Amino acid sequence: MNAPVPGHTHARALDSDGIPVITTSGLTKVYRSRGREVTALDGVDLHVREGEVYGVIGQSGAGKSSLIRCVNLLERPTSGTVTVAGQDLTALAGHGPRAGRELRQARSRIGMVFQHFNLLSSRTVQDNVELPLEILGKSGKERSRKALELLDLVGLADKAKAHPAQLSGGQKQRVGIARALAGDPKVLLSDEATSALDPETTRSILQLLRDLNRQLGLTVLLITHEMDVVKSICDSAALMERGRIVESGTVSELLATPGSELASALFPVGGEATGTDRTVLDVTFHGEAATQPVISQLSRTYNIDISILGAAIDTVGGLQIGRMRIELPGRYEDNVVPVGFLREQGLQIDVVEHEGQEPVLVKEGAK
Amino acid sequence: MTWSEMWSLLEPECWNTAYMVGWSTLIAVAGGLPLGILLVVSERGGLLQNVVVNKVLGQVVNITRSMPFIILMVALTSLTRWITGTSIGRDAAIVPLAIGAIPFFARLVETAVREVDGGLVEAVQSMGGNTLTIVRKVLVPEALPSLIASATTTLVALIGYSAMAGTVGAGGLGDLAVRYGYQRFETGLMWVIVAILAVVISLIQFGGDYAARALHHRGARSGPAPKLRLLKAKEPAAADVTEVA
Repeated sequence: MNAPVPGHTHARALDSDGIPVITTSGLTKVYRSRGREVTALDGVDLHVREGEVYGVIGQSGAGKSSLIRCVNLLERPTSGTVTVAGQDLTALAGHGPRAGRELRQARSRIGMVFQHFNLLSSRTVQDNVELPLEILGKSGKERSRKALELLDLVGLADKAKAHPAQLSGGQKQRVGIARALAGDPKVLLSDEATSALDPETTRSILQLLRDLNRQLGLTVLLITHEMDVVKSICDSAALMERGRIVESGTVSELLATPGSELASALFPVGGEATGTDRTVLDVTFHGEAATQPVISQLSRTYNIDISILGAAIDTVGGLQIGRMRIELPGRYEDNVVPVGFLREQGLQIDVVEHEGQEPVLVKEGAK
Repeated sequence: MTWSEMWSLLEPECWNTAYMVGWSTLIAVAGGLPLGILLVVSERGGLLQNVVVNKVLGQVVNITRSMPFIILMVALTSLTRWITGTSIGRDAAIVPLAIGAIPFFARLVETAVREVDGGLVEAVQSMGGNTLTIVRKVLVPEALPSLIASATTTLVALIGYSAMAGTVGAGGLGDLAVRYGYQRFETGLMWVIVAILAVVISLIQFGGDYAARALHHRGARSGPAPKLRLLKAKEPAAADVTEVA
């Protein structure tokens, strides 16, 4: 397979036909306990391309955890296949709950970080990072060289001799990341890596993941329930509900999808029409259009007054993206021409049909 | 009975007890540790799930543990003779002591190992570690403080059991207390033995607790071992010190 290219351009260069590094098809996981069956994954098809940061978001119980655990076969899927870096892991699984040698070797090439860090309290920071290398059978000298190098990479070179109990949450997760990178993985799985951290620490850990993604060409698959995580580092995202992926794509694809729940959750814009005789539009800018003064052009060209009801402009996965809810006087039928003008400018226009209805994503307790 | 008379009786019996208890503790730890780990990993959903093995081992452990030690000792006479060539004396006493203590220690090991966070096991699995790696690098080291506490408990229990070893002519402090203190009304000697046992057991318990605590707090404090609470006021919890960073 392709070696990671240093300084590999990510996000922007990605489109639907990038090289898939993680592919799941028809992934199903059914838990049986005492005659009851719970379907955690219901035919999940996931395609994560090389060098991207891919976020899977959903409520707890949506099946995210099962999904990420099925990728390195910590959990055996009931049916379906998982391919990582061209290798069909489900074919290596064999029978019974124990992992055979081939599967274990494949796992050692997939890094994983955990919500609760899962560091061994009996070992120092350096020894924790060395653990995967011990499993790979590396010599003592090589292990300590590599461990110190990785600790330096995550900014904890001075903590090598400390024990995990002496570290803060963010530092522990940095150690977890260093440990996950010890086997030079192409792929990093992140299981709610920032969910146990405060907002500021979350940002620094996400930044670290982003840097590693860029510097090492590392493909990152992360699961989270926090929209901010997707917003700050993901190139692509998928929304999971009840064991299914209901939306997926690159951030710009999602934004270009009319009525995308993920897009409106990434860019919540509020505001209600001020009267019945008004047209409310959601305007999504991305790429070139984001830098053009389209609204004032619209106003001048058609001599209409435009009210801005709500707006959000942000950077998602390195792309500048904005959403704006505007109000034009008159009903939709009267505004066909201005709407056409906006669409010509390369903007995505969604007409807000019902007044006061806010686009809501990840509905609380969706059932 | 004078002090010197007492001492001439006590000294060899102290060594007898130490000999029997020492060896049987070593054997109990060597046998009980793998047995306890096997009980955990073979259970349903365990690393080496094997319900039959788990049930059989569990039953064997339960039966052995439910048997009063003195009966176990008699029941094992022929096994003892086969192993040591004799059914009396202190070597002969080690066999039932060890066999009685293996399942006792195994149950304590089982509890200690079960306490280890499953996330750690998962982490090592995700690195490609096999079951043996998980046992050696996760389960045992992470449970070590509890395992040391368990070994201490086992050692103390064996000192208790060893009092009955006199029945097979193995001697020891307990036997001395029965023969002199009880049967010959040498109440003074009996109290001396009680005092010796109390001191010895306290020291063992103290040492075990200290070692377990030293390992448990590994890294949570600056020094290699915890400071004694008797000597120094309690230090603030590690979380208070480090979390601020």
